[in-house]
Amino acid sequence: MHPAPSVIFFTVFSGIGFGLLTFLGLGYPGVMGWTAFAFFAIAYVCAVGGLMSSTFHLGHPERALKAFTQWRSSWLSREGWCAVIALLVMAVYGMGLVFFGERWTILGLIGSVFSVLTVFTTSMIYTQLKTIPRWNSTATPAMFLSYAFAGGALLAGQITLAMALLAIAAVVQVFLWAQGDGALAGSGTSMATATGLGNIGSVRAFEPPHTGTNYLLKEFAYVVGRKHSQKLRIISIVLMAVLPIALLAASFSHMLALLAVISHVAGALVSRWLFFAEAEHVVGLYYGKR
Amino acid sequence: MTTLPQSTNRKLGLVIDLDTCVGCHACVISCKGWNTENYGAPLSDTDAYGSDPSGTFLNRVHSYEVQPTQGEAQLIHFPKSCLHCEDAPCVTVCPTGASYKRVEDGIVLVNESDCIGCGLCAWACPYGAREMDAVEKVMKKCTLCVDRIYNENLPEVDREPACVRTCPAGARHFGDFADPDSHVSKLTAERGGMDLMPEQGTKPVNKYLPPRPKDTLSESAGDIDILAPYLEPVAQEAKGFLGWLDKTLEKL
Repeated sequence: MHPAPSVIFFTVFSGIGFGLLTFLGLGYPGVMGWTAFAFFAIAYVCAVGGLMSSTFHLGHPERALKAFTQWRSSWLSREGWCAVIALLVMAVYGMGLVFFGERWTILGLIGSVFSVLTVFTTSMIYTQLKTIPRWNSTATPAMFLSYAFAGGALLAGQITLAMALLAIAAVVQVFLWAQGDGALAGSGTSMATATGLGNIGSVRAFEPPHTGTNYLLKEFAYVVGRKHSQKLRIISIVLMAVLPIALLAASFSHMLALLAVISHVAGALVSRWLFFAEAEHVVGLYYGKR
Repeated sequence: MTTLPQSTNRKLGLVIDLDTCVGCHACVISCKGWNTENYGAPLSDTDAYGSDPSGTFLNRVHSYEVQPTQGEAQLIHFPKSCLHCEDAPCVTVCPTGASYKRVEDGIVLVNESDCIGCGLCAWACPYGAREMDAVEKVMKKCTLCVDRIYNENLPEVDREPACVRTCPAGARHFGDFADPDSHVSKLTAERGGMDLMPEQGTKPVNKYLPPRPKDTLSESAGDIDILAPYLEPVAQEAKGFLGWLDKTLEKL
């Protein structure tokens, strides 16, 4: 799949933002007043910034409101609803903390639930696609949620919890890679089933339908970077989990915590780039590209 | 609405005969022509006369080489367009309701004025039947020439999809699969019409007719013409000066 920067930024930053909102809604850290304002500002910049970034890959962003209509069938539509509900509820909850010195526990809880649901619905947009066997796995929502919880705990300053959650995220990520490497072969979809000619003999793409490129090849048959995927996987795990855990374990200071956050975000961006770049869409089979 | 209908009154679709298709791409061109000039946004081309031409097509013809375990390889031309699936994954993923499957005839369409160009439907389609237009930024797909098949301004003979109308080999057939007595239903039954990627669970309406088994030559069955021996090469061995030269050069 073509790794569009807008979607990589969107999933990484909205994941971290909604992860932080989840912890703030549960009262971790139990901040009030301007300290709370600072935490909520960071969470909203990440979550809303991520959502805005996702609209950059739309052909017609001016029609984006129509995307709220099909929540019965579409995970993308459900994601829109969850995000708006989470942001509105958390805004009211945050106002209570910042301006009134009140903790409206129920609102915080509802906001947390919808923050988690936002990350889950985002992950389901990818998980639902049978056409991309690497994503079509329960490990995909597990990965998105574990990243959101780990990044959220890190930003919320929950040191010990963040260290545990970062380790869990790393384990889930490695499992998703290992499982994903055999996913296309295990899916049962091949050039034989794509063309229906497998019962005659072995099928080879002889001539493509066009001499130039097209939307399908640009969007679905992305192959650049696969040869470096193993190195990038190691880099992303080290930056995303190993280095932040080491920095947090060393001794707590705001400088080290900031470094841990930067390292985690950089690792998450590399991992998310791989998530798209390594994903094999079955339409590539028609072009003999798999 | 992007929920799929429980059932459709008719199941309009195509039969594509892989035995008959000669790979001329006439269906590709007639499709592009009709669908650029008629319903919906035109199918754009970018850098059409430059070094990196690209364009939107609703129908494309691949060619495959199939090598059996014994015997000669076969070359099979393979037209591919939207299969108007009964369980169309492209429809249910649409967040805006722009993609829908019609209850009256089962055609899968895009309402272009509702499409936000998110591309998710193209991700959900295993067949590459949907292409985002690079200029219009909306999703384009085969409409089964919905603006031809019901068009009373056209002579009756033209009320079928442009690709079917134009095919010089008769490799494409259009009809209603819900009617067991229709031309397409009979063809599918007779020739063992198959689904592409059945394991994806899309239940495609369009069917592909597999290539017929190849003829085999067998001498005992008298397939070799009785005049064949007279076609043996006459000059078996070089004589005269050329014969001498050949022998001399061999010795060197």
